[in-house]
Amino acid sequence: MLPPPKLPTAELVTSMDIRTMDVVQLLQRRKRLRRELLEQKGLRPLRIAVLGATTTSELTDLLELLLLADGFQPEFLQSEYNKYFEDAVLDPARIRAFKPDLVYIHTHFNSARNLPGVTGNKDEYSSRLKAESERFRTIWQSLHENVGCQIIQNNFESPPLPALGNFDAVSFGGTTRFLNELNLEFARAASDNPRLTIHDLNAVAARIGLNQWFDWSRWHNYKILTTPEGSLALARSLTAIIGAMLGRAKKCLVLDLDNTLWGGVIGDDGLDKIQIGRETPVAEAYTAFQEYCLRLRDRGVLLAVCSKNEDEIARSGFTHPDSVLKLEHFSAFKANWSPKHENIRDIARQLNLGLDSFVFVDDNPAERAIVAAQLPAVAVPDMGDDITLYPARVQSGMFFETLALSREDTERAATYAANAAREESQGKFADYGEYLASLQMHAEIDGFRPVYLERIAQLINKTNQFNLTTRRYTFAEVGELATSANHVTLYGKLTDMFGDNGLISVVVGALDGTTLNIDLWLMSCRVLKRDMELAMLDLLAERASAAGATRLVGRYLRTAKNAMVADHYEKLGFTLLNAAADGSSSEWELEVAGYRPQTRHIKIQGTRQ
Amino acid sequence: MTQADVIQAIQPLFRDVLDQPDLLLTADSNASNVDDWDSLAHINIVMAIERHYKVKFALGELQGLKNVGDMAELIIRKTAKS
Repeated sequence: MLPPPKLPTAELVTSMDIRTMDVVQLLQRRKRLRRELLEQKGLRPLRIAVLGATTTSELTDLLELLLLADGFQPEFLQSEYNKYFEDAVLDPARIRAFKPDLVYIHTHFNSARNLPGVTGNKDEYSSRLKAESERFRTIWQSLHENVGCQIIQNNFESPPLPALGNFDAVSFGGTTRFLNELNLEFARAASDNPRLTIHDLNAVAARIGLNQWFDWSRWHNYKILTTPEGSLALARSLTAIIGAMLGRAKKCLVLDLDNTLWGGVIGDDGLDKIQIGRETPVAEAYTAFQEYCLRLRDRGVLLAVCSKNEDEIARSGFTHPDSVLKLEHFSAFKANWSPKHENIRDIARQLNLGLDSFVFVDDNPAERAIVAAQLPAVAVPDMGDDITLYPARVQSGMFFETLALSREDTERAATYAANAAREESQGKFADYGEYLASLQMHAEIDGFRPVYLERIAQLINKTNQFNLTTRRYTFAEVGELATSANHVTLYGKLTDMFGDNGLISVVVGALDGTTLNIDLWLMSCRVLKRDMELAMLDLLAERASAAGATRLVGRYLRTAKNAMVADHYEKLGFTLLNAAADGSSSEWELEVAGYRPQTRHIKIQGTRQ
Repeated sequence: MTQADVIQAIQPLFRDVLDQPDLLLTADSNASNVDDWDSLAHINIVMAIERHYKVKFALGELQGLKNVGDMAELIIRKTAKS
């Protein structure tokens, strides 16, 4: 273990300090830290109802600091001690009145009821398992009906004192077996219910170790079941899950090459001397790290190279027969002698991602320090100097949490590769229109449909650049919009000769008499400058008119990231109604009556009414 | 180590937890005469003291304490043993 870092004294606390402080430092200075973190600008409000089977004040104190460091301003409603069932099922009015963005149900192994008797038989075991599973389903159902927001539910850690020892995991009378099976029941419930997210408390406890997780003195004194370290691990894990829910998960892993993806310096040692493969323990360790990176890539995390090397020599490393990673696995490749922070900026531009989407991994502490200082938005984990720990160092940052895996996730890397091909062909045309025509684009545009709701919610919550209002909606709210009579909703999918870009645009309008107010208009940057916004407008005008609207009113609300759409409505032919003197917002209008479709290069398929 | 030494040493911990940089701790200080020393702050004060002196209070050990002076005496006893 590293010694705890020194507390900052004179200077204001930074988000990085919060992430590296230990739990005693955080709690001892909590009030001051909180005060200083609240002075940050642009914090995003977040209302969380915490329904606890234990005292939850310490956990929420820590969670508040970590969420503040991540740019949220949380407000909590906490149930009375161990009143989570009552609050959720018998008296949900208090939670409803709080209007939470999400509800967190904080239960532990000792919250489970209906446990089997130690001499129990199979029938008794099964009926008790069903009863307990039903009890939790009742909680989730009641919250769904009465509050209607996203739910985070802990699963159960292993019981600390299994009466049957090892046999506890096998016997129908074993609490260990019962809780293991209940955890599977929770997983099944969550796969059927996108509003339910399981927080893997079992894994959090296991990583720490049960002996360092439970604190019986604090349990008997304060009804807090975990050690302070346990509470902090819990808070970190929850922060990661909440961040993923609200679009803050990282999207791209930027990797150094020499002594990071292989042992040795390829420019000095040569291709045949670098350490990769199965020949030596060191080579095996680098191979294991490459395999870990490839697993991340397969689930939708983009990989990029940023290395001080000659480009050709750097690329040759991936022709090594034992290299698990191949050139085609990388969405961006920067091998040159420029400073790494400049290269990472270029990679961000090339992939159309914000700098806060990046994690940078380099064995060289000096390179890490420069990137961390120059690009504070980039996550730069301390990698230490032991290659065997590299996968764990990246993993423990919990950068790439996800709530579900959509088809877009698994196909993302291929999409970015196709984009590179598009960029190449762009150079060959006389004008941009000719290029667009050559792409043979087809769009599917229609009102929200159940099968796409998950992707729509994901896109709404993670799109920052091409986003006119940056309004966020939970999955539950997206579902409500889909069936609302007072809203016009549109999703857009775009296919071209290089591949399927997937669902990449969302527009939501709210009817107010004969005006359709465009609450939301966003698009993935991977289809920028393809005229997709014209196609969306064509359909929007048509649907608005069918819903009885005579005009569209759109707003631009400036954020740190959406300057690229400041003139969005102007380009589409809207008239300016008013604008704030400082440019922070503007309002635009378009008559629907005389509107003529503007799309020229995209065929809109099968959905026009 | 005297009672006064201990009080001098734990005063910064109280100042941190209670966010009162000018707090003056005396042997008579207790939860009813120090602002914001509530049950939540108490947990954090105990944790900070345990870290500072590398001791762990046993269950019930803190229950009979009337004020900071008692707490200082307990700390002196525990650190002498270890």
